[in-house]
Amino acid sequence: MTATTHEANVLGDDPFETANLLDPYPFLAKLRDAGAVSYLEATGSYAVAGYEEVYEVLTDFETYISSGGLGPRDIRQDSGWRPPSILESDPPIHTVMRRALTGVINPGTVRALREPFTPPAIELTEQLAQRDRFDAITDLAEKYPLRVFPDAVGIPDEGREHLLPYGNMVFNAFGPENYIFKQAFAHGDEHAAAVMRNCERENLNDTGFGARIWDRVADGLITEQQATLLVRALLSAGVDTTIFGIGNTLSVLARYPEAWARLRENPKLAKFAVDEALRLESPFQKFHRTVAVDTVLGGVHLPAGAKVLVFVGAANRDPRKWGDNADDFDLDRSASGHVAFGMGLHQCVGQPIARLEMEIVLQELLQRVAAIEPDGAPVPILHNVLRGFESLPVRITPA
Amino acid sequence: MTASAGATIEAVVDTVEIVADQVVSLVLRRTDGQPFQPWQPGAHIDVHVGDGLVRQYSLCSSPEELDHLRIGVLHVPDSRGGSKAVHALLAGTRLTISEPRNNFPLRDSRRYLFIAGGIGITPLMPMMEAADRAGREWTLIYGGRSRKTMAFAQQLEDRYGADRVRIVAEDEVGRLDLDGILGMPRAHMLVYACGPGGMLGAIEERCMGWPPGALHTERFVASSLGAGAANEPFEVELARTGTTVTVPNDKTILEAVEEVGVRVLSSCRGGLCGTCETQIISGEPEHRDAVLTEEDKEAGEVMLVCVSRAAAGCPRLVLDL
Repeated sequence: MTATTHEANVLGDDPFETANLLDPYPFLAKLRDAGAVSYLEATGSYAVAGYEEVYEVLTDFETYISSGGLGPRDIRQDSGWRPPSILESDPPIHTVMRRALTGVINPGTVRALREPFTPPAIELTEQLAQRDRFDAITDLAEKYPLRVFPDAVGIPDEGREHLLPYGNMVFNAFGPENYIFKQAFAHGDEHAAAVMRNCERENLNDTGFGARIWDRVADGLITEQQATLLVRALLSAGVDTTIFGIGNTLSVLARYPEAWARLRENPKLAKFAVDEALRLESPFQKFHRTVAVDTVLGGVHLPAGAKVLVFVGAANRDPRKWGDNADDFDLDRSASGHVAFGMGLHQCVGQPIARLEMEIVLQELLQRVAAIEPDGAPVPILHNVLRGFESLPVRITPA
Repeated sequence: MTASAGATIEAVVDTVEIVADQVVSLVLRRTDGQPFQPWQPGAHIDVHVGDGLVRQYSLCSSPEELDHLRIGVLHVPDSRGGSKAVHALLAGTRLTISEPRNNFPLRDSRRYLFIAGGIGITPLMPMMEAADRAGREWTLIYGGRSRKTMAFAQQLEDRYGADRVRIVAEDEVGRLDLDGILGMPRAHMLVYACGPGGMLGAIEERCMGWPPGALHTERFVASSLGAGAANEPFEVELARTGTTVTVPNDKTILEAVEEVGVRVLSSCRGGLCGTCETQIISGEPEHRDAVLTEEDKEAGEVMLVCVSRAAAGCPRLVLDL
């Protein structure tokens, strides 16, 4: 950390303005040019855009706390719209919840999902390979996680239609209460109630992750309320993000036909392609942390109580970390170290599940599709913090 | 195995000291009077204890002083002979050892929590010295049955002070309160733990609430093929690529495989994150990671190629690479 401090550059641009949400990258480049840490007048928060500084915020969970919420308001002062989730907690409350989740979702339990997760991917991609064009979002990316993930958690069929709208609420609430937020919350109570019902033990089957989380209530690690909140966390964080991950990966690969050809020759590279695509088009672009004590970051003094807006999407394209071709997809790049899943204490617990889903879909598609290319302009989704597409028309050559 | 398997050194026992009930400390010097190769905290040596037995002991001397090495050995009544043989050694006895090797390296961080159970204190001693010299914030929690069984306890308390060195003797204050010790993760703090398997299992469970990769442990393990000689070179056949790579004793599978141009997705390269998990088609691994569960390790279907190796006596692994 530098000993000398300077005033943060002040930017008038609003990261939550429609144009900056639909195409975030020109704004993110401007933000990085203003400095690793700058001040955003529009939101009254400090923007963290440099890779090194984002990494520091994510790993120093004592200075940059989560119990103030991931949105722009400090929910310690002003209670949030729902009981705080694991994402909105700090140690030691976070610690037992995280222990319960990590005990349930780990390489061993996720490995066992490959078998049930594969046939739906085969079925979906077989159907799509028979067509000459399809929408990679609505026909594939949105379909697959909804087919496999709720089963893995063990929720009933009834009420699954609320998962996407609920996820949309949760993530949009990490931004300001603008018109996008209000639209997402239009039928909020109904969606929230339906999802909460599926978090109750009696509504979960005996084999899924949900029941395994509830097992930890019996052995005294967590309370019933915490179990409900952890199942809720899985359901709200585990669907949209993976849909966006699959969609974003395909949006990149459709633009890089030579990469698709190489992947067909060597499908083992699929994992690397997914990782590099997540770096380049990170589904979860930004969220807030709260400064717990006066500190200095990137040479800028940050006062206790300030909100920092952490731009994961900017860190993942920081040329100081990734080189001058940071904005390009490079199958030969080691994207290891990207922060698309966060880093440290709050790092995505579902990461191995998401990676498995993305890899399976891509592998199965590669087997059946010789070439994939854009078929018209993709339609980016208007979302406060997630980056993805509503529609991604593609034309394919069957294998 | 072949003679190429790691150079051995002729050493002589310089001094033997009883440092606690059932624990002896041996100071070793080279018979040729030369210094030992530089080593880092967490390192161990192989000691050829006779009758073909090879045992690994952590170094507890200072890496700054290369004219000697010190090991601490607990006499285990039901052991397969290693500690008994070591306890029978007298000053002046010659024995064959390996150069220091390190499977438990100390990573740089701003803060450390060291947790020792019994003789597990040994690899942590050079770590504390290094952390202290670098001006890092650190604490040692050292648990044992009673003070008289706890090697180096008094020495450590005298050297670093009771605020940094917390001796938890079971006969005085009960067992380690791991819930209390590990219930509040600290930012930029790494946990280094060494001790009996039960204690390490309990620590691993509690560290699931810590940032991934915060915990580093060393187990006193013996694979089913026997402990000790697992730093032999071995061959890895890459089933998908169709080539065979020799993994020398100073390289990991990951490094050896990457050198022939085969890519493996990896992240931490330290057995902590699970990214490089690889399917085993045949052969028996020696697992050295902190990710796989005991069941996974038993099943032997997958391994983390950034740290794990072929088990002693298994000359060839076939991997899905």
